[in-house]
Amino acid sequence: MKTSVFLGSMAAGALMAGAGMADTLADVKARGELNCGVNTGLVGFAAPDANGNWTGFDVDFCKAVAAAVLGDPAKVKYVPTTGQTRFTALSSGEVDLLARNSTWTFSRDTDLKLDFIGVNYYDGQGFMVNKDLGVTSAKELDGATICIQTGTTTELNLADYFKANNMTYQPVNIDSNAEGEQQYMAGACDAYTTDASGLAATRAAFADPESHIILPEIISKEPLGPAVRHGDSNWGDIARWTLYALIAAEEYGITSKNLEELAKSSQNPEVQRLLGVTDDLGAMIGLDKDWAKRAIAASGNYGEIFAANIGEQTPIGLARGLNAQWTQGGLMYAMPFR
Amino acid sequence: MSETHAQTVPFVRDTMLPPAAPPVREAGAVRWLRQNLFSGPLNTVLTILGVLIVWFLVSHFWDWFAHSVWNADSLSDCRRIIAETWGEGARGACWAVVRERWNQYVYGFYPPELYWRPTMAFGLLFVALAPVLFSESVMIRRVVLALATVLTLWLMAVMGAPAAWLVFAAAVLVGALLISERQPSWLLVFSILYPLMGVWFLWGGSAWGPVMVLVGPVLGWIAWRLLGRASALVATVAALVVPLVWWIVFAGDAARDAESIVSLAIPAVASDRFGGFLLSITIGVAGIAMSLPLGIVLALARRSDMFLVKTLAVIFIEFIRGVPLIALLFVASLLLNYFLPPGTTFDIILRVIIMVTLFSAAYMAEVIRGGLAALPKGQYEAADALGLDYWKAQRLIVLPQALKISIPGIVSTFIGMFKDTTLVTFVGLYDPLKSMSDAVRASTSWKGIYWEPYIFVGFIFFLICFGMSRYSMYLERRLARDHR
Repeated sequence: MKTSVFLGSMAAGALMAGAGMADTLADVKARGELNCGVNTGLVGFAAPDANGNWTGFDVDFCKAVAAAVLGDPAKVKYVPTTGQTRFTALSSGEVDLLARNSTWTFSRDTDLKLDFIGVNYYDGQGFMVNKDLGVTSAKELDGATICIQTGTTTELNLADYFKANNMTYQPVNIDSNAEGEQQYMAGACDAYTTDASGLAATRAAFADPESHIILPEIISKEPLGPAVRHGDSNWGDIARWTLYALIAAEEYGITSKNLEELAKSSQNPEVQRLLGVTDDLGAMIGLDKDWAKRAIAASGNYGEIFAANIGEQTPIGLARGLNAQWTQGGLMYAMPFR
Repeated sequence: MSETHAQTVPFVRDTMLPPAAPPVREAGAVRWLRQNLFSGPLNTVLTILGVLIVWFLVSHFWDWFAHSVWNADSLSDCRRIIAETWGEGARGACWAVVRERWNQYVYGFYPPELYWRPTMAFGLLFVALAPVLFSESVMIRRVVLALATVLTLWLMAVMGAPAAWLVFAAAVLVGALLISERQPSWLLVFSILYPLMGVWFLWGGSAWGPVMVLVGPVLGWIAWRLLGRASALVATVAALVVPLVWWIVFAGDAARDAESIVSLAIPAVASDRFGGFLLSITIGVAGIAMSLPLGIVLALARRSDMFLVKTLAVIFIEFIRGVPLIALLFVASLLLNYFLPPGTTFDIILRVIIMVTLFSAAYMAEVIRGGLAALPKGQYEAADALGLDYWKAQRLIVLPQALKISIPGIVSTFIGMFKDTTLVTFVGLYDPLKSMSDAVRASTSWKGIYWEPYIFVGFIFFLICFGMSRYSMYLERRLARDHR
């Protein structure tokens, strides 16, 4: 009896899996909650605080999408995902959106059937060494022992880089960021390598940050972006243009504070279109006129989100660098709202 | 020759000699040291090595423990205090992280205003366990229940539990104390009801859900009574099928309808709010409670003469034992999602509990099979000779002895399973050891803290596991019927 019910529901599930997943927007609206996959805990990007409230750079993107779609940035269910479970959680439908500092790569975009909807943080792999080592460039690391997280793209990048530069290294395999810091501090390795944002956060937490330096070389491209499932282009459009709305808002000087005022007074046609004053862009993606306004109101524009979570005023203290607006020499470039 | 002893005066001592002091090396501390630490060259070397190791550890970690800081807002704050108090370059433990985040280690993200609910559930757990675990001794039951009563009520009051619930908990706890003095077996009714109550306290929602689950077996019993006159086989089948049909088809709607008529709801708490030891203990207790009966059934099935039953049991046990627990957890969290219809919410904690239960039931079955095999054949034959049927023989003769032999193995399996609950970190649940510590480290105040959370969590795990192990030794002594 039990077995047949189980098998039956499995078969029914397999049938419905094909049909039911196509309209994520309708599912989210019906549920009244956005299931957003986030990191189980990464400083500045996603972390629960002492009361269990989620904050962070990726979390704010979840809030913006929830505000655009459901009208309330609080209507998000944060699903903590690990490095192993993140993509399966997305493709199996457990989450609607994955905002978990994941690198956009060819195979993930195609073979894993994900759609990366843009880049919200341009990262790259760097090295941190102790000042006493007297090293000023990654090119001088020949023969060094290096702490490296196993099973990540950083491990492969490291091998590529040393091979390309005809150098050798001794890997010290570690499992998590916390363990890496510990090993590095204990002197188990000369250099610690991971994404530059992670290095900055790690260095900021040291007792003596001044005695450690982050080498200038960035040896890989790590464009981190939110992802959705293949096969639901409208939902992908919503996520993509929510991200663009946040970036464009910074470009046009729309902040969470002057939002209402600009909606009334701005004469800039692009601003008027974005905020739904003139055209009804929202209708084209199945939302209402004010969707972008709500998304920006949730946690501010891209620049505000950056500054509040990982910017130079925070303990992590990341400079905008590549993540500045294209007008400021960065790579943040929102497609035109038209 | 014959007069050699003629003049010998016969001497008979008429007073006792005063007892002489034993030689120094055979008395007091010296004797103890010689016997236990320096009884031979090898032991002497080992003792010295041991002392050196202890000295090495203490000398390395003493200052770290001695410089503990309990009051600080962040790791950098801790470091500042340590530097100010013990000078630049001193190191010290920063237990302030435990002080600030202890509630997350214990309750996860459970809403703080509802902390009293898991606390009450935990306190009532002892009421449910007392008649099972301490069936032999009124004294111990009295102590356990009295302690549970005082602590639970005090904690609930501190945590701001509503007065009505305080009265409820007090009534149950004090009632259990009184009943346990006279009729401890009555408490077993509470033990049977407790799983449903516990689920309701922890997850909240409408009380009609658990009530409707309970209606299933009642309906099955009615069906069994009604059909029992017609045919025993039909009655047995009906007793199994009726509850299943009720649960699958009617129970959900019935609970909703009843709720709309008389609301018995308390605030619901979703599974993603569970974490820390609340999660570990929930999974551990559920797994332990379900894996023991399942393991017994599997062990009996494996020793059965019926080919099909035996084969199925062997396949199940060998398959589960051949697969790592993490693989099963991944199946529970990821693979099931592909099979279930989208939108079905099959609770992740429930999935994990099922997998953990199946996993430890397979091990349990082998432990109990060992106990069954160790029992002399004469016991089985004696049971047969008494004319007992299979179930009576198992229940009255075989299992009591086999389980007693297996106690150390059973408790080992329990302890192992409880510790394995930390593996849920890999499916994105907040176990106390890794996920919760990583989440704490992900806040900018505590980033960079490493050993303190591990030591704190390890200590609590030790307390619980040590308690279980001591209990098993107590039980062994209690049940030692031979050589008395």
